[in-house]
Amino acid sequence: MTARPNRPIYLDNQATTACDPRVLAAMLPWFTEAYGNPHSAEHVMGRQAEAAVEAARAQVAALIGADPREIVFTSGATESNNIAIKGAARFAARMGDARDDALGEGGRRRVVTVATEHKCVLESVADLAEDGFEPVVLPVRPDGLLDPEALRAALAVPTLLVSVMAVNNETGVVQDLAALSAIAKAAGALFHTDAAQAAGKIALDVNAQGIDLLSISGHKLYGPKGVGALYVRRRPRVRLAPLFSGGGQERGLRSGTLPAPLIVGLGEACRLAGAEMAADAARIATLRDRLLARLSAALPGLAVNASRERRIPGNLNLTFPAATAEALMRAAPDLCVSTGSACSSAAVEPSYVLRALGLDTDAAARTLRIGIGRFTSAADIDTAADLLVQAHAAAAPTPTEA
Amino acid sequence: MTYLDANATQPLRPEARAAVLAALALTGNPSSVHAAGRAARRVLETAREAVAARFGAAPADLVFTSGGTEANALAIHALGAGLRLIVGATEHDAVRAAAPGAAVLPVDGHGVADLDALARLLREGPALVCLMLANNETGTLQPVREAAALCRAAGARLHVDAVQAAGRIGVDLRDLGADSLALSGHKLGGPQGAGALLLAPGHTLAPLIAGGGQERGRRGGTPALPAIAGLAAAAAQTAPPLAPHAALAPLRDAAEQAALAAGAIVIGAGAPRLPNTTCLALPGVRADTQVIALDLAGIQVSAGAACSSGKVARSHVLAAMGLDALAGEAIRVSLPWNAAAADIAAFAAAYQAMAARLSRRAA
Repeated sequence: MTARPNRPIYLDNQATTACDPRVLAAMLPWFTEAYGNPHSAEHVMGRQAEAAVEAARAQVAALIGADPREIVFTSGATESNNIAIKGAARFAARMGDARDDALGEGGRRRVVTVATEHKCVLESVADLAEDGFEPVVLPVRPDGLLDPEALRAALAVPTLLVSVMAVNNETGVVQDLAALSAIAKAAGALFHTDAAQAAGKIALDVNAQGIDLLSISGHKLYGPKGVGALYVRRRPRVRLAPLFSGGGQERGLRSGTLPAPLIVGLGEACRLAGAEMAADAARIATLRDRLLARLSAALPGLAVNASRERRIPGNLNLTFPAATAEALMRAAPDLCVSTGSACSSAAVEPSYVLRALGLDTDAAARTLRIGIGRFTSAADIDTAADLLVQAHAAAAPTPTEA
Repeated sequence: MTYLDANATQPLRPEARAAVLAALALTGNPSSVHAAGRAARRVLETAREAVAARFGAAPADLVFTSGGTEANALAIHALGAGLRLIVGATEHDAVRAAAPGAAVLPVDGHGVADLDALARLLREGPALVCLMLANNETGTLQPVREAAALCRAAGARLHVDAVQAAGRIGVDLRDLGADSLALSGHKLGGPQGAGALLLAPGHTLAPLIAGGGQERGRRGGTPALPAIAGLAAAAAQTAPPLAPHAALAPLRDAAEQAALAAGAIVIGAGAPRLPNTTCLALPGVRADTQVIALDLAGIQVSAGAACSSGKVARSHVLAAMGLDALAGEAIRVSLPWNAAAADIAAFAAAYQAMAARLSRRAA
């Protein structure tokens, strides 16, 4: 019996990540002596805060090969996704109303996304039906990847926007953005990607990958919660309607006082990610392989879901042979893992992402998401493996879950 | 350096800073069911209970947002859907922009809303009225309780932007009798990046930001836990018997006296005002010139709302008060929670020196 660890072992790095101590150190001065409103251009403290925000904007831009002027700060990736999707559609609709044709015959009414997207993308796309758009949700292959031919076929109807996430939050699958965006571009559609799980984990380059709009979250890359960014292409310019207006900050696209300390944290997190991504990925891949080897040896029948090749190193989506995920989590309370997306993890229904991969309800219920991160140690992995193997023995054969 | 621009943003209170740092040390996502997630959830719900209790709502009727602008936009989006909109003439741009084409409720020369005009406007059918509790540029307080009674009698809804009032005067949604109330964390000494919308019982909200079902489906996105914890801690510091803002009134009055002696006109002086705010016009001297001169003297004030202060737009607030002539010549002095007598002395000296120099040149 493994002794209980003296602190929970955190293996849920797709739900949120620890704030890196260096990010915290960068933010601290902005939580104490330097508290100006970055929009108070008239006095010293306001200008200091503004300069810090602009330095962070450059750091975010550098991570994805963008120009700083293409970065809009938001409260997080959910808001970024909402602005990108609804904003692109509503701007087009407004132009269409003015010209009286864009949404009519021959207009681009279709908005295409994928069944495994985050809820906020699916809901934003679905909401556009009320605005006269036609939401289309494409299936994925059993490996979690979008079939380029399925996208090509969907784009036979004139399409305004294609939104495909870079890395899936439950399975870690990496979509081929360059190939998919090329298809979207050839059909004249805008290409948005939710990169909340990808930024800082895999190399992103908005130009090389043909991306028009890209969403980033601070707390998924070792920055603070409450801040994110949206990349908006300038050449050719992508036009968006704001989700809400007000003081006109962020060039009118996102009103409200910018949270300077959180933005400084996001900038530093992006800088660190750019510098350390390769080293982090290699180390995390080793830990991932070690965990998988130990679990596979002890639990014959353990299955890894989704593509083995096209995935981030920090994610394992595992279907256990006999125990349900809920039973495993109950039996290993010191292990922080999840049954799926955090936002819906209180829900009891099976993950729609896993269902889209073709898992049946029973297999989905036996599936855990394990997220390894920058601060996971080899000792954490060994303890986690022991805890999971013990939990599986204790929980299986499991009574049928009510 | 003397910081007198609290209505743009306040210095972070030490209690809020401690709460922010404690929350930053927590790794969990409040939606996760494991131990780390539950610890984060406890911080979130404790903050929700504290802020809701502090400002007169049930915890279930509080939605955390990214700030005051989003809270105002969410209220108008959700509570104003399908209704006629009536907006006070001196409302913040966050409210004005969310209510394009709204009927404008006029104010008098002190910036106080005309309740007879409101009664007339309410006769024209179902409406959402937006009336701020305290103005960001002048500090003028609106007769919100009276407006709420008129709205109730007419079957209209009332949304209150309490961004500048919260923590500075008594603010209680139940007591006001309004339908909703918007707050901003950093205006009451919390961090930037969190705000809240408080609702009277029985209101459902369609989200502005759709997402993973957080905030009971009313606002998607992982909550900004550190900023929210800081908001709650800051709000607690403004609760009676602490109420430190009342103590700012004598300091504000002293600053005003010094400005008056130098030839300034106090705008909105005839109305009840926030204890920390004064709007000072210096005839013949451009506001931006005044602000720059004071900045060089180490005094941080503003020529109007911070969000638009980069632009040289004319204040719609002063224009609505019929003070067009002074609109380009007024600055806002707003005392933060930690203002001290020495700050006022520094301001008085700098203001009088500036006025002597620039008024002479203008004359």
